[in-house]
Amino acid sequence: MNISSVLLLLIGSFLCISGGVGILRFPDFYTRMHAVGVTETLATAMILIGLMLQNPDGLVVVKLMIILLMTLFISPTASHALASAAVHNNLMPELDNKEDNKKVKSSNP
Amino acid sequence: MKHTIFLSLSLAVFWLLNSGHNTALMLSLGAISIVLVLYIAHRMDVIDHESQPLHLTLKLPGFYVWLIKEIILANFLVVKHIWLGNKTISPAMMTIKASQKTDIGKVIYANSITMTPGTVTVNLKGDQFLVHALVTESIEDLVTGEMDRRVTRLEN
Repeated sequence: MNISSVLLLLIGSFLCISGGVGILRFPDFYTRMHAVGVTETLATAMILIGLMLQNPDGLVVVKLMIILLMTLFISPTASHALASAAVHNNLMPELDNKEDNKKVKSSNP
Repeated sequence: MKHTIFLSLSLAVFWLLNSGHNTALMLSLGAISIVLVLYIAHRMDVIDHESQPLHLTLKLPGFYVWLIKEIILANFLVVKHIWLGNKTISPAMMTIKASQKTDIGKVIYANSITMTPGTVTVNLKGDQFLVHALVTESIEDLVTGEMDRRVTRLEN
């Protein structure tokens, strides 16, 4: 039980660090948001499940599950709000394909 | 009516799990707070099939299992590209079409896209979703419509 908990916590920490590295490394706002996606989904889940295994009986597990559920419900909404705010203020993503770039510009009012 | 009953039940369970107290005073305070919340929610007119999607209850677990699998796979992909560096990513932005009829179906689809790392729904106009992706392949996966079909099946 303890070993699997430690393992999950380690994987979660590694994913958190990966997310942080991604934020620093990626070129523009939108790609950085994808890096944050790693931290807010799988990394959070791994760390919280690891913590649940630390004390598998008791109300703590339920509370951690509620935290996990809330995070999973709230984070996509927050990401979407960020992305849509960026688009509304005409921050254009750096795209691989130049034609896509034009299409996005023309479809955006 | 059944939405009100479900909301009060879930509030009661939420209160009990969070407090852990079961003295008479605490329980009655909890009951009063639940009634207060129900009253406010009723005044705000938010108790309906959208805030309490009961009709989805039976189909949701299967969808969640599939979504969790997708999220884990997408996480591996994004972590791989983080460590491989900027030369391996190919950011793309594209408009894709959603086949859901109801608002709640569209919200579930848009949120599922955003929840899988590597793709984010940026804008939503009618049935057109503007999606940004870290690698072009993930948008092509969305265009083939596996997730779209599953959400539509969930809705019906």
